[in-house]
Amino acid sequence: MPSVEIPLEKWTGQVHQVTLGAGGRKTVTVGGENTLPYLHFDGTIPNKTAVAIEIQDIAPADWSPTLLKAWGDVVNDPATWAKKAVEYGAEAILLNLKSAHPDEGNTGIAEAKAVTDKILSAVDVPLIVIGTGVADKDNEILPAVSEAARGQRIAIGNCEEKNYRTVVAVCIADGHIAIPSSPVDLNLAKQLNILLTDAGLPIDAILMDPTTGALGYGLEYTYSVMERLRMAGLGGDKLTAMPIINNVGEDAWKQKEAKVAQGLPESWGDMETRGIIWEEQTAISLMQAGSNLVVLRHPQSVAKVGAAITKLMG
Amino acid sequence: MALTGVQIYKFLPKTNCKECGFPTCLSFAMKLAQRATELGACPYVSDEAKSNLEAASRPPVRLVTVGVGEKKIEVGNEVVLFRHEKTFVHPAGLVLRVKDSDADAVAKAKEAAAYSVERVGINMYLDGIAIENDSKDAAKFAKLAADVKAATDVALILMSSDTAAMKAALEKVGEDKPLIYAATADNADAMIELAKKYSCPLAVYGNGLQEVADLTEQAAKAGVEDLVIDPATRGYADSLDALTQIRRLAIKKSFVALGYPVITFPGEGAESIDDEAMLAGMHIAKYASIIVLDNFSPAVAYPLLTARLNIYTDPQKPIQMAAGVYPLGDPKADSVLCVTTNFSLTYFSIAGELENSGYPSHLLVCDTEGLSVLTAWAAGKFDAEKIAKAVKEFKLPDTLSHKKIILPGGVAVLKGDLEDELPDWEILVGPREAMAIGSYLKQNWS
Repeated sequence: MPSVEIPLEKWTGQVHQVTLGAGGRKTVTVGGENTLPYLHFDGTIPNKTAVAIEIQDIAPADWSPTLLKAWGDVVNDPATWAKKAVEYGAEAILLNLKSAHPDEGNTGIAEAKAVTDKILSAVDVPLIVIGTGVADKDNEILPAVSEAARGQRIAIGNCEEKNYRTVVAVCIADGHIAIPSSPVDLNLAKQLNILLTDAGLPIDAILMDPTTGALGYGLEYTYSVMERLRMAGLGGDKLTAMPIINNVGEDAWKQKEAKVAQGLPESWGDMETRGIIWEEQTAISLMQAGSNLVVLRHPQSVAKVGAAITKLMG
Repeated sequence: MALTGVQIYKFLPKTNCKECGFPTCLSFAMKLAQRATELGACPYVSDEAKSNLEAASRPPVRLVTVGVGEKKIEVGNEVVLFRHEKTFVHPAGLVLRVKDSDADAVAKAKEAAAYSVERVGINMYLDGIAIENDSKDAAKFAKLAADVKAATDVALILMSSDTAAMKAALEKVGEDKPLIYAATADNADAMIELAKKYSCPLAVYGNGLQEVADLTEQAAKAGVEDLVIDPATRGYADSLDALTQIRRLAIKKSFVALGYPVITFPGEGAESIDDEAMLAGMHIAKYASIIVLDNFSPAVAYPLLTARLNIYTDPQKPIQMAAGVYPLGDPKADSVLCVTTNFSLTYFSIAGELENSGYPSHLLVCDTEGLSVLTAWAAGKFDAEKIAKAVKEFKLPDTLSHKKIILPGGVAVLKGDLEDELPDWEILVGPREAMAIGSYLKQNWS
């Protein structure tokens, strides 16, 4: 009889370990593994995938009715919303500065600073703050956010080629983590990591965002770019070995599968269930490709994905 | 280890008889090396050559067929551990389990088997029904198998550890080549006999990979090689370990005794529908070939089928959208008109942003052979002439009340050429990134 000997995969590199939260806040550490996702028999995985919940600084105008029903009135006040999110199991809060977007109210420095302060005092879990994606606007508001959170090691995005200098400068000055976003491309992700580290940002102050394509909307591209990034990093390339953050909720819930109630084929089934499963499937797939921090929107997905992560940690 | 085409060629008759379907022995050898054909296609290969070549010509994961006809399940033949290395080949079969103790079993089977849903022009459906002998009554089991066969057209899996019950069911549905589940250390001899007698594929169930390997070895020696394996892992961590190890042994070590498709049961031990679906999703990504679900509803089946479609898409051949005009958000004659390429991801990014923009739109998709905007432009497959041709082909001058078209910002350079091609049109240059379409329209569309 042939005897089964399990071939082990030994990698020379490991994912950088990044800790969010400092200065009396709770901390969350991600990364540090020297194996592909959850393959405990191959190596060590010191930290599990963390789950964050996204909240916005104004009540969302375009969210799925399924999400609005689940959250109820708390969406009208970011601090209450953040507290509720922690009750639902958020290990970190992602604050989306939606109101600062030129199309959504174009609020400025004062508002960004005020809401950051508010969330920081409302909850004690680590904070992630995402700007508008409009580089000029982000260059204006993100420094204020950074200053408001000085010493508390929050993560700040989006950091792209156009605005990385500003984000890196404030992250270094105030002790934060930068979130570089690249458009589903291994080389561009690495290039941005090089720019950030060349500008002086410590390698353990980067959480990279490869851009999340939701289930049915480019998931397979994100999946394979992440898998390749992870294999390159484990293979010893320190500039691709950053932990990965996936804003799963944002991309999953903007699709019509998660959002639209009327006029759909019967074969799509119940809208609420479908939307939640859409988010959960996006998360579980990307976790298999190396996600270290998933950001979700629905409380039920937070619970179920969290339970799956616990089981994957064995 | 895999042999090269030239190494394989040395073992072939070198007569170029063409009976294998290839013009020369060398071209047949090359196809064997790529695992694109089977050695059995050569009628004249010597026994000695056969034994030398068998290990090398055998696909690392055997191709196994369950069922007959149009809706048979073909799984296996996988050659990589990571989809970006080449592609995953045969999409995992998604199957619903019904039990012979359940009065609604036939109705449930019928509903699941009749389910189908369309996505990017692809019709997706569940692949089979697993029938479990939960009642421990052989006659009940055989009757349900016969009833499900009559009520559906999908592949069947017969689940019983009782060989008498299995025999009774095979008498009813054996001609449909159901998967026999499962041979275990206790009943292997009898189950192998049944698989032989009815020429059906056989699943083996073993605790631990060694027990599985011993069982497949026993079955293969007895001449039953269409095998599916169940390593008896039911949770997240244990099944990820086992499935990864099986695929790794098969592909990297050519370990024949585990070179078979794997069957999983994510519903066993799941705490909720979500839990079952997530475990099934993990199995789609990581190495299951047949996934037996215990719950069916469209709201869960649709995401799972989509996950399978995504993971099994060939990374070298992007899914293309058909060229045409796509309505987004119920557009009228005076609504926005944008143009883009037929790379599915490009289409989805832009369609998603347009749908969320609050501006009902027409999206004109040009055939660029699946290339994205900049790549297509660089390759000369997305130019002014092509866009102008598409505008006319899809009769936009007749259906729209305006003559304004928005170009992707990445190809702003085409504006002049397009003005020449469409002289009475106003050519607008949109943003470079899909994400910015909403704000662009707010500022530029009136």
